[in-house]
Amino acid sequence: MTALSLSTTSAATSAAISDVPSDSPSAAPPTPGTVAAQVLRHGVRNLAHSRWLLGYALFFLLVTDALLRFGGGGGRALLSLVNVVLFVIPLVGLVFGTTYLHDTREFTELLLAQPVGRGALFAGLYLGLALPLALAFVVGVGLPFAWHGVGAAGELVTLGVLAGCGAALTGIFVALAFLIAVRSEDKVRGLGLAVGVWLALALLYDGLVLLGVALFADHPVERPVLGLMLANPIDLARVLLLLRFDSGALMGYTGAVFTRFFDGTLGAALAAGALAVWLAVPVALGARAFRTKDF
Amino acid sequence: MIEIRSLTKRFGPVDVLRGVDLTIRPGRVTAVVGPNGAGKTTLIKAILGLARPDGGAILLDGAPVVGDGAPRGDAAVAYRARIGYMPQIARFPEQLSARALFAFVAELRGAGAGARDDELLERFDLAAHLDKPLRALSGGTRQKINAVLAFRFRPALLVLDEPTAGLDPLSSAILKDKVSAERAAGRTFILTSHVMSELEELADDVAFLVEGRVAFAGSREQLQTLTGQARLERAIAHLMLRAPIRGAGAEAAA
Repeated sequence: MTALSLSTTSAATSAAISDVPSDSPSAAPPTPGTVAAQVLRHGVRNLAHSRWLLGYALFFLLVTDALLRFGGGGGRALLSLVNVVLFVIPLVGLVFGTTYLHDTREFTELLLAQPVGRGALFAGLYLGLALPLALAFVVGVGLPFAWHGVGAAGELVTLGVLAGCGAALTGIFVALAFLIAVRSEDKVRGLGLAVGVWLALALLYDGLVLLGVALFADHPVERPVLGLMLANPIDLARVLLLLRFDSGALMGYTGAVFTRFFDGTLGAALAAGALAVWLAVPVALGARAFRTKDF
Repeated sequence: MIEIRSLTKRFGPVDVLRGVDLTIRPGRVTAVVGPNGAGKTTLIKAILGLARPDGGAILLDGAPVVGDGAPRGDAAVAYRARIGYMPQIARFPEQLSARALFAFVAELRGAGAGARDDELLERFDLAAHLDKPLRALSGGTRQKINAVLAFRFRPALLVLDEPTAGLDPLSSAILKDKVSAERAAGRTFILTSHVMSELEELADDVAFLVEGRVAFAGSREQLQTLTGQARLERAIAHLMLRAPIRGAGAEAAA
């Protein structure tokens, strides 16, 4: 209505902003699914050229190949791999994820100025980072097994569990990286926070649990410890993997307790379920932070 | 036209926008000016939907698009198909070529096979650079790509943030000619710039922000009458000196 009144006062100008030849509004707007898929495809293509991603895949390739060559047998190679995977995947997911998001911030702003929803953009950006990282890991570990050959059928299952756990950890820690990057304006602070989270979950956690157990040695601590284990995705993945090896001593304290409480199948299902929750929560929190952020 | 009504935005303890009321008239170039920290960037980002206002609303051709009364969900973003944005800093994914960038944005906008505006592409003579990775291009060339992208889908409203920063004088003149031509064709522009000669050449209307409020909004003629200064640079300097005494300008403009 105001546009109408204006047209009488300024005859030289058009009444409404949209009264100009323009092709965009007439075309059908893309659905959120299409937008997410486009952004995902763009992310994958962008990372496909990244030397970092190539280096990441090569790292797993070389480590796996060396373990298979000199580590004596596929089973033992897998066991050694587990520890590498549990340290490296969270670290790379957090550090690479935080850096990548800070570096692409201006471009994200440009994309947000297009008619795309934030939820769809988040989904595309998240999957566009998490999927290539997970794929680089799976290919890097899988190829050496392909050319050296997998021993028993059980080993193949273990390899599958390793790939699944690695992919889940990638998803979890890339989501945490998104959460950190969206919340922190400053790149260095974001990076510091990312390394801090890694140190806490990958290194300090089990040590602190052990300390607590030592302090409360006279009390029944097994149930609280079980709860603590469910609260750390790296511990969960460790238990899931080492349940396949019958070597509770290698599981850290929480893992050892876990195997005493649950037999293989129930324990594995419980740990996998907890891992799925761990994947869903940071993704949901990251999406919410991204939706409400001021760019 | 664009109506901005009582727009407020707070970043932590800082009130960046304290109730901005502004009407941007169609088919004209509105320059948003003001001292550093006046809220220019936040206002532009609110129009683009990048920053979320705490209160107030933005209406595009009578329909709320941001803030109070704006649609939610998927419908909330549709209005941006009518906007072309040229950010101040052009940072693109480095592996990407300009051609791939254009295709990507076209897909995101759902832009049909309709006519593209590639006049700037030709006048900037960018054809030879279209397939190179953007990282291999100079900062100025990337800024030209940035400008091409803003005009390419023939948006009704163009938001240009310091558009000639980083451009050489010839390219800068080409871009200014383009703005004038598209304005004559009926397109609406919102422009920020620290280059006074550029505003002198392009601006029809001036919105002067101080400390998160509109201290003056009106045509250049009104600004001249108010300040007694013929040149825009002098007039704006005059406003900046008088800035602490607010209100008079806004009333004169209304």
